[in-house]
Amino acid sequence: MRPAPFEYFAPRAVDEALELLARHGTDAKPLAGGQSLVPMMNMRLARPAVLVDLNRVAALAAVRAEPGSLRLGALLRQSALERDARIAAAAPLLAEAAPLIGHLQTRARGTVGGSLAHADPAAELPACMLALDAVFHLRSARAGRTCRAADFFRGLLATALESDELLVEIEIPALAMERTGQAIAEVARRHGDFALVGACAVLGLDAAGICRHAALVFFGTGDVPHVSRAAAALVGERPTPARFGEAGRAAAAELEPRADLHATAEYRRRVAAGLGTQALGRAATRAGAAA
Amino acid sequence: MKFVGDRYLRKEDPRLLTGRGQYVGDIGLPGMLHAALVRSPHAHARIVRVDGARAREHPGVVDVVSFLDLGSAGRPFPIVPPHPDLRGHNFSMLADGRARFVGEVVAVVVADSRYTAEDARELVDVEYEPLPSAQTLAPGAPAVHDDVPDNLAGRVTLARGDVEAALRAAPRVVQIKLGIGRGGGQPMETRGLVADWNAALGQLTVWASSQVPHQIRQFIGDLLDLPPHQVRVVAPDVGGGFGAKLIVYPEDVLIPFLARRLARPVRWLEDRLEHMLAATQEREQEHDVTVGFDPTGRILALRDRFVHDTGAYTPRGLVVPLLTASMLTGPYRIPAVLSSFESRYTHRVPVTPYRGAGQPQAVFVIERVLDLVARETGRERAEVRLANLVQPGDMPWDVGLPNYRASGNVILDSGDFPSVLRRALESAGYDALRAEAAAARAQGRLVGVGLACYVELTGVGPFEAGRVRVDARGRIAVFTGATTQGQSLETTFAQVAADELGLTPDDVSVIAGDTGGIEHGIGSFASRAAVVGGSAVALAARELRAKALVLAARVLGVAETELQQTGAVFADRRRLERRVTFAELARAAAGATAALGVEPGLESTRFFQPADMTYSSGAHVARVEIDPLSARVTVTGYWISHDSGRLINPMVVEGQIQGGVALGIGSALLEEIVYDQDGQLLAGSYMDYLLPTATDVPSMDIDHLETLSPLNPLGIKGVGESGALPVPAVLASAIDDALGARGGRVTRMPLGLARLLALLPPPDAGSP
Amino acid sequence: MHAVRLTVNGAERQARVMPRLLLADLLREEFGLTGTHLGCEHGACGACTVLVDGEPVRSCLLFAVQANGCRVDTVEGLAGADGALHPLQEAFRARHALQCGFCTPGMLMTLTAYLREHSSPTESDIREILSGNLCRCTGYQNIVQAGLNAAAALRAAGAPR
Repeated sequence: MRPAPFEYFAPRAVDEALELLARHGTDAKPLAGGQSLVPMMNMRLARPAVLVDLNRVAALAAVRAEPGSLRLGALLRQSALERDARIAAAAPLLAEAAPLIGHLQTRARGTVGGSLAHADPAAELPACMLALDAVFHLRSARAGRTCRAADFFRGLLATALESDELLVEIEIPALAMERTGQAIAEVARRHGDFALVGACAVLGLDAAGICRHAALVFFGTGDVPHVSRAAAALVGERPTPARFGEAGRAAAAELEPRADLHATAEYRRRVAAGLGTQALGRAATRAGAAA
Repeated sequence: MKFVGDRYLRKEDPRLLTGRGQYVGDIGLPGMLHAALVRSPHAHARIVRVDGARAREHPGVVDVVSFLDLGSAGRPFPIVPPHPDLRGHNFSMLADGRARFVGEVVAVVVADSRYTAEDARELVDVEYEPLPSAQTLAPGAPAVHDDVPDNLAGRVTLARGDVEAALRAAPRVVQIKLGIGRGGGQPMETRGLVADWNAALGQLTVWASSQVPHQIRQFIGDLLDLPPHQVRVVAPDVGGGFGAKLIVYPEDVLIPFLARRLARPVRWLEDRLEHMLAATQEREQEHDVTVGFDPTGRILALRDRFVHDTGAYTPRGLVVPLLTASMLTGPYRIPAVLSSFESRYTHRVPVTPYRGAGQPQAVFVIERVLDLVARETGRERAEVRLANLVQPGDMPWDVGLPNYRASGNVILDSGDFPSVLRRALESAGYDALRAEAAAARAQGRLVGVGLACYVELTGVGPFEAGRVRVDARGRIAVFTGATTQGQSLETTFAQVAADELGLTPDDVSVIAGDTGGIEHGIGSFASRAAVVGGSAVALAARELRAKALVLAARVLGVAETELQQTGAVFADRRRLERRVTFAELARAAAGATAALGVEPGLESTRFFQPADMTYSSGAHVARVEIDPLSARVTVTGYWISHDSGRLINPMVVEGQIQGGVALGIGSALLEEIVYDQDGQLLAGSYMDYLLPTATDVPSMDIDHLETLSPLNPLGIKGVGESGALPVPAVLASAIDDALGARGGRVTRMPLGLARLLALLPPPDAGSP
Repeated sequence: MHAVRLTVNGAERQARVMPRLLLADLLREEFGLTGTHLGCEHGACGACTVLVDGEPVRSCLLFAVQANGCRVDTVEGLAGADGALHPLQEAFRARHALQCGFCTPGMLMTLTAYLREHSSPTESDIREILSGNLCRCTGYQNIVQAGLNAAAALRAAGAPR
């Protein structure tokens, strides 16, 4: 299979890229890692008339670790999530998620921003960003704006991005709490496959070990990752395995999972409950919760 | 034997490791054009009109061809082998007015580049009239071929004894329904051809990524009306076959047709999506089994009625279901057997053999039956098998069912089935494994151990030829009609020839799969290459050496008994300075040889026609652990004992077995071709059709037992498919064990996670 | 058409390419380096893996234009100029880690990149990093063992190449 013809631009600056997107409108698609877009182009399922290659825009790949937040440039390679000590320190969830994303070759090219903009329902990074309360910085030739992760993922492969907008930076606020823990757990048919079901958990405990912040997000379960409401019940309580079990089950009950070739809805719901419990438990352990 | 039996490192490797292999996609010729195929998007449709006008106008397009352009070449392809009970149909080069499966080739675009051809392909206007399609094996589905309104391609019953009486007399009788789903060989290299018509020479040269170049030549000769001496078909380096490249496909004749029509070389490379859509598949069957047995677990009667999905055409007749039916009893002695099937047409990709060829289904059935009998009688599973196995003293054992070629009964010629099973159990530490698994289960882990035995039909005829030639420089060339897609024939046949010739494998070049090198050939499938091809090479090399001795004796003026060979030199043992080399003998044979009492040429061609199939055997033991939350199965241990007679190269044999097991794991746990109710392929790419990766396949322990085959000069038996045969069965056995007494039983393969989840024992109160 | 200049196996190469020409096609068809193979054309099988600026990437998912100014390494560049096989190639041969050879270049390039950064992998590590490279012939066991043996040989030789 070979792609349909397209015009190609390789801007070196963000403004240039944005100007190209503005000029060509819906005819144009940005190219980041290409690990999702190019297979679709090879199969002729995607046929952009114009490809704006972002890979030469060095400014988009920066990492800035500041006291209150971690800022990741959208073009940061997924492999950097595994290698960069600043990310491991400030957002260990991402470091733990990275080896689950595809394979070595995928992560060498795939980008953080690309995965978020593509918004595959079974991808790890969108769910991680929701669990981390990330804020996305979007820019177009017209203007710049921010968008909370919670508002970004709109539907199946659909995000808040306008056709002339780029996701340029991801800002992950530090959780202002004594003890925090993060964990991701997923089930896939084979190592590196998209998740059949997955769960991300972020917990914050105060000095006394009481939970003050809890986030549990499922992925692979519906058109968009599901931010569970049941996690709220953990706040104000001491974390225990029984509470995590309840929270996992309650969170899974909120789901209306999809069925496909690889898993039924019932399977996804059942496994979600177990993975939610697992992720919460591991996050608690990392937060130094009493056993 | 010096080299046969040696773990000789491969002669293929230096070029393959350095990127200097030559696969069909690597072959480019001056002026070469590129083809892209238009395939039916409908499972069943009348093709009303194919209009290539817009496509022809696209810059770079040279031609657009559909059925009406084929003329007399548009005849249906022959069916190999035919069968008296078969109401068979085969495809033609392009669909003739009717498309019968999604992916059937309807038209072809030829252009100056692959990219252009794919662009122009979108401009070919095909008007279809979609029709209802047969997507089930139930009666009453729409007819795939007008003259077979009930879609019954064939119905066969094989029987030994009176199974109804034996079932009535049996102390216990149990019934079980078993099912196997579709899968495909999925070699890493897809199919492809380069065809070149040289008008000056009147010579068509075809490079084909195929297991059967001689058959392609035959089909080209038939359909394109070209005598064999004008057609040369070469299988270059081929990146895997596994059955997907076993038949002669429409493209295998279409691309040569285009080359001749356009008087320019044409290349077609199948892409992976096309391969998923249109490369042949296999395995889908539904079995209804009834078994009669006694309280000791001895099987007295076995009746299996199954329905086989043959897809839209029958290029290989009834071969696959006949193999399933005739091999049903495996290595076991069963006095009364009835094995009957209906092979039904559906509007789906045609079903032809892929690694295992109907036998994995048979192994799955009989091994599930044995586990069932063990459970019903309370006897241990290995004991039940040992009680039913054919004993060494019984060999050769007449199974009592006709073989799939109807050339006689299935006769198990050699083997020691109880030994092979015992060795596998010992190698695995079976008793300790079972005890550990039981202890793990007591702690809530789902750990299980399974076992399965098999026999494998190998070395099918009708023949192979081997040709060995020494040239004037002393170079030795061995030509064979067997082909290699990774089976290492360049090395193993060199080992065989070297031993016969008194040389080393490095002295010998093996040229496989070139109709220009050897006139007669069949190809590689059914685990026949080493058995039949290797035997032919042995005979030819043996005859060549005999001729060389005669010549050397004449040239040196001594009796043959006075000759001594050291490498490529023949010398008078009493006066070693009187010597002659292979090269000199070849030069002597190139001239007048009447005075020497032999015909010219230092060359020999011999055929080997096996009197019967020869049967490999083996036993596998597997340990699995099932994750109670996700139902994911991990294979945590795998032990094999295996008998394929004499091993030419144990390293190669082990590699074949390991690859076969990996494929088997895929077919049991991961790979499933799924169609929707309209015949659209749902598992259409590698996102959905999941091949096993390095994290899915465990390391394996392989033990060899060598009971020589009495049916060929080398004493060897085939092994290419051995690894794959028992894997679904052994994993089902292990999974049942892991699920314990309160869990379900595996009756279908492949095992999707949802199905497996449904089999899990109900959780205890309080567990997650 | 776009002009591209890149270094392939240490040699400067140039070409004029349409934007949609895949890097794999540039290497195979333009430069005649047919050792890199296309197995699936949708980024799932790994047969097309080459190194771009030292990183293992799927060349069926990269356009040739994107490799402008980059350093590309393919299987043809693994052996020494004198023809001496790379320790990985030696290890593959010694362990029968290839049968049809189609996936082999991708395996070799993936392992080459990985072993440069990780000198003491475990069996489990090797299996994991090869999980993006499909093989239908070998069942992986010999490939994994060859990878481990090559890692040991590279450690013994003192420095990865």
